[in-house]
Amino acid sequence: MTTATVTKYEGNLDAIQPKNPIIEVDGISKIYNGDVHALDNIKLNFETGHLTSLLGPSGCGKTTLLKIIAGLLKPTAGEIRVKGKAVSGPGRERAFVFQDFALMPWASVIDNVAFGLKMHGMNKAERNEKARHYINEVGLTGFEDKYPHELSGGMRQRVGLGRALAVDADVLLMDEPFSAVDEQTRRKFQEDLIRLREIEKKTFIFVTHSIEEAVYVSDRIIMLSPRPGRISQIIDPDIPKDVSPDDLRRNEAYLNTVEEIWHVIKKYVE
Amino acid sequence: MSLINKAETDLANARLDRKGLMTRVSEMTLLWKVMSLVIFASAWEIAGRSGFNFSFPAFTETVAAFFEMVVDGSMGSAYLKTMEALVVGLIISLVVGISSGVAMGLRRDVEWITLPVFIVMQAAPMAALIPLVTFVYGIGLTSKVIAVVMLAMPVIAINSYKAVRNVSPSMVSMCHSFMGSRRQQIIQIILPASSSMMFAGLRLGIAEGFSGAVLAELLITPTGIGDLITYHRSVANFAHMYATIASIVIFAIVTVGSLQWVENILFRPETRSS
Repeated sequence: MTTATVTKYEGNLDAIQPKNPIIEVDGISKIYNGDVHALDNIKLNFETGHLTSLLGPSGCGKTTLLKIIAGLLKPTAGEIRVKGKAVSGPGRERAFVFQDFALMPWASVIDNVAFGLKMHGMNKAERNEKARHYINEVGLTGFEDKYPHELSGGMRQRVGLGRALAVDADVLLMDEPFSAVDEQTRRKFQEDLIRLREIEKKTFIFVTHSIEEAVYVSDRIIMLSPRPGRISQIIDPDIPKDVSPDDLRRNEAYLNTVEEIWHVIKKYVE
Repeated sequence: MSLINKAETDLANARLDRKGLMTRVSEMTLLWKVMSLVIFASAWEIAGRSGFNFSFPAFTETVAAFFEMVVDGSMGSAYLKTMEALVVGLIISLVVGISSGVAMGLRRDVEWITLPVFIVMQAAPMAALIPLVTFVYGIGLTSKVIAVVMLAMPVIAINSYKAVRNVSPSMVSMCHSFMGSRRQQIIQIILPASSSMMFAGLRLGIAEGFSGAVLAELLITPTGIGDLITYHRSVANFAHMYATIASIVIFAIVTVGSLQWVENILFRPETRSS
């Protein structure tokens, strides 16, 4: 069996910044209500075409960072650059997948998936055709005219994923997308996500609080420490591509990485 | 990406089957409604015939009095008068109430200025203010319209405000993340998401409006239904008085009930939240 290798970086993180970053986080700080330091001077680049996870205990500001990258929150200080250009709000090159799905309950699956395209001003025939393609891609063919309340939690998040894919953004920002679905669906989702990444060739930034999930799906894990949110470690879990998902979950290096990360996080969970 | 597993499909189908049960329940409720009406009418008839109170007519007398008033035209003209104040008052309440409610929900500064007004209006005992209205606006249509507005508008405005405030922030963020402008966020997300709760407020407001109209006619201007009640009481036509009271109560129930029905069709309860 091929073993997974793990590379850990601490201290001077500049040395391992990606060569071809699509998103650059430059000195981002966020202070809520004048005195809550959610993020403190985050410097971080995201490699094009990679799946990078933001992992950390609750309160470490990982969702705040993701929302700032998305342009949904304004940072107190610092700058976000997408493809080298500074941005101050949402943009077409980024699409967001919400933890609570954020589906419109009054709209059918196809209207929900097509919503982003509608906001971009695409006409109905064109956007429905595109939406159908992505409904198929996320495995919801036959459910186009159903409403969110008629779907299970897992299927609802597939709608959310389809909506983000449909706008053909370069970067998918996912905020704990699988935390509101059951464990079985979650595993299936993680496998699907890995496959999807190979087909779609997009950059994924993924917020999670699950260590196993982060190690399993990521090219790189950014570990944040809480109060104020700072980068504590960067880990590249080099998981061999030819290992089946079931074997991987028994892979020694995989299990060791999970264990090591847990030891880092444990000290904040009290 | 993947095929849906069978369990998910089955689960979704099971959810669709629930409607059958709901229809059965609603049919059963109709039967009970008819039953309770029959029991109520019989009890009324017996109580009226027992003669426990000289002013209490039997059910059949009351029904006869109702048709008498319909035939001689006094019922029709009374309704026309009452409806005039009610409809004008409700139109004003709807337009001003909904727009100020939505504005309060969307903007903190509007909320700060306007919300206290509606809270005071809702809390104040309106019957106590009616003499004041008469003093300023006399006993004409204006006073009646103001009475309707005073009762109907606060509940409509406050419900619209709460409805807008209750819209899931992540849905609004979602629209924003796909580059929806503030205008698009309001039209595409906030208004549709709040419409069901707004409509419920509208129904409550209309129910309040009925109280306002009749109250005004009893306390300010002896016209319309209020006048019909007062007149028949004064000449001891108790069957006619009861018939008028019962008719306006039933009219209000039917109006509010049909609004509820429309509400259920427009906003099926299961589509209100995901």
